[in-house]
Amino acid sequence: MQSNGSSEQPLLEVRGLKKHFPIQAGFLRRTVGYVYAVDDVSFSIPQGKTLGLVGESGCGKTTLGRCIVRAIPPTAGEIWLHVDGQSIDLSGLSRNELRPLRRHFQMVFQDPYLSLNPRKTILDIVGEPLRLNNIAEGKALENRVRELVDMVGLNLKYLNRYPHAFSGGQRQRIGIARALALNPKLIVCDEPVSALDVSVQAQILNLLQDLQRELGLTYLFIAHDLSVVEHISDEVAVMYVGKMIEKADTRKLFTNPQHPYTEALLSAIPRPDPDQPLGEIELTGEVPNPASPPSGCYFHPRCKYAQERCRVEAPPLREVKPGHWAACHFSEDLELQGVGG
Amino acid sequence: MSENNVLLEIKDLRTYFHLDEGVLKAVDGVSLTIQRNQVLGIVGESGCGKSITARSILRLIPPPGKVQGEILFHQNGSSIDLAKLPPHGDQIRSIRGRNIAMIFQEPMSAFSPVHTIGDQIMEAVLVHEQVDKVEARRRAIDLLRLVGIPLPERRIDAYPHQMSGGMLQRAMIAMALALRPQILIADEPTTALDVTIQAQILRLMKNLQAEIGMSIIFITHDLGVIANMADEVAVMYLGRVVEFGTVRQIFRNPQHPYTRALMQSIPMIGRTRGEKLASIQGTVPVPIDPPRQCGFADRCPEFIAGRCDADVPPLIETEPGHQVRCVLYESERV
Repeated sequence: MQSNGSSEQPLLEVRGLKKHFPIQAGFLRRTVGYVYAVDDVSFSIPQGKTLGLVGESGCGKTTLGRCIVRAIPPTAGEIWLHVDGQSIDLSGLSRNELRPLRRHFQMVFQDPYLSLNPRKTILDIVGEPLRLNNIAEGKALENRVRELVDMVGLNLKYLNRYPHAFSGGQRQRIGIARALALNPKLIVCDEPVSALDVSVQAQILNLLQDLQRELGLTYLFIAHDLSVVEHISDEVAVMYVGKMIEKADTRKLFTNPQHPYTEALLSAIPRPDPDQPLGEIELTGEVPNPASPPSGCYFHPRCKYAQERCRVEAPPLREVKPGHWAACHFSEDLELQGVGG
Repeated sequence: MSENNVLLEIKDLRTYFHLDEGVLKAVDGVSLTIQRNQVLGIVGESGCGKSITARSILRLIPPPGKVQGEILFHQNGSSIDLAKLPPHGDQIRSIRGRNIAMIFQEPMSAFSPVHTIGDQIMEAVLVHEQVDKVEARRRAIDLLRLVGIPLPERRIDAYPHQMSGGMLQRAMIAMALALRPQILIADEPTTALDVTIQAQILRLMKNLQAEIGMSIIFITHDLGVIANMADEVAVMYLGRVVEFGTVRQIFRNPQHPYTRALMQSIPMIGRTRGEKLASIQGTVPVPIDPPRQCGFADRCPEFIAGRCDADVPPLIETEPGHQVRCVLYESERV
């Protein structure tokens, strides 16, 4: 493990990314407003590292992931990918311009039941990216697929079977093999283990870690399960209503959070220990509607430390301690509780 | 534990589905007791039979499923065997909702989308009790307030799609509590919810349980949730209870190799970062015509040939109140 020196160029650099979805209403489908699904998010991930992205449903974490792999076009911002000595901004590229670049970044999806075509065999599914990019065919393609299937720990005799013959964990391995087919540098994992059983979840997390070590992969790991994110991430970023509200080294973020929302989120984790009851910090109310977020700090209506300033002035994400970023006016004044210290 | 504290006794419950491929033994000899004012947690992975056990109690098993064994519901000094009742008869229907209520994982699918929340809560009251509509509505508003829904006088006329997942889960709890049941069966009630909303619902259920005094059968795959909610825990695997004990016995001194493996396979905050998790090899088999052996034998790190695959191990009491279904403990029988 080397410490990541600041001179090193990150693999992924996102600057001021925005994704606004129009809300249309009436017979003429006029745009009456916008959902600010991702609102001015910036971060970077060093080569070979994992950034965990957490937040509750509707916070924009999945939309952010989809913008980065350019499944959807962002409204504004830059997505810099630094690979093979080149720097490419993915944000403004057209479909045709993106096609040759897509091999650098791939996605692993949450639902292993919906993300595999039920009419294709494992050989077809894992081999498809190779065929579409004219990288291999025939025997060479099959050999590469065998290599990939073996790498993710599946039995080679299953090559001609269809997805329905596999369990959830095995399907997720197939999805990972497909994502690896083109030797990507970046993998966006969107809730890759949340549909799996506990014992199988551990297998997939171990596999992802092994692959990262062997292939030098960089992960953006999106999940709502904080224990899983803590386990796998080097750094963690927290999103709330489209904004990144905290980002730090994993241990610092969990043991010493600097944003009241992170504190509440950590406190809500049910710990597998009967002598560690749920934390005392109860969050009342619900996540606001991103189409009409509250004024000032989006978290102020639910924040027990909120003051007048929070109601009127939106706090920027700022470096409150070295390497620890938080979007709260009062980070320095608050003594927030973490977990696992 | 005195006899009259026992509210429900499940004895050798077997819920089998007779399929073309063979007999699917979803629940295969489960015995459990539910005490008054206690929370019994049932934990296990998908396919272990935890939900089918719960549904068997209420006789909500679709054909070709068959429920055998005894499900004794004790009330006012008499006992009814729910397993013997016809599943569509009046007797079980009057017990459902009134004595034993159930809440589900997906609140969206438990409510009818074309009726208001209030109508659906009132329906339960109107069907089971001799009250008029005004009284039923007043009770529904009280219930919505009890489960912490703001502005219950207005929300009572909301349709399910107008409410968030957390609010709808509260409304479902309100509906389940409408007739003051003695037992509430909660089947993964927080699995579809965000972690902060989950914490709200778990707190709510604990407070309600203490306030109105009922027993809860809490079914989940989440060890963190079970540690927070349960007094006693049954760990299920492949249709059987493999370990049973108080929540502290299960978490402090897990004995069955499956329970131990499960505990080691979950990421623990502050303890497992960067480390390899202990994973259980293989996957849960489908219990169609399963062989007469320990269900975990094929995946067990401590498998003993000729012993574990010879017969189904018995439940062995290793300390008072703590039972394990594993041959490793045969010499430790107390």
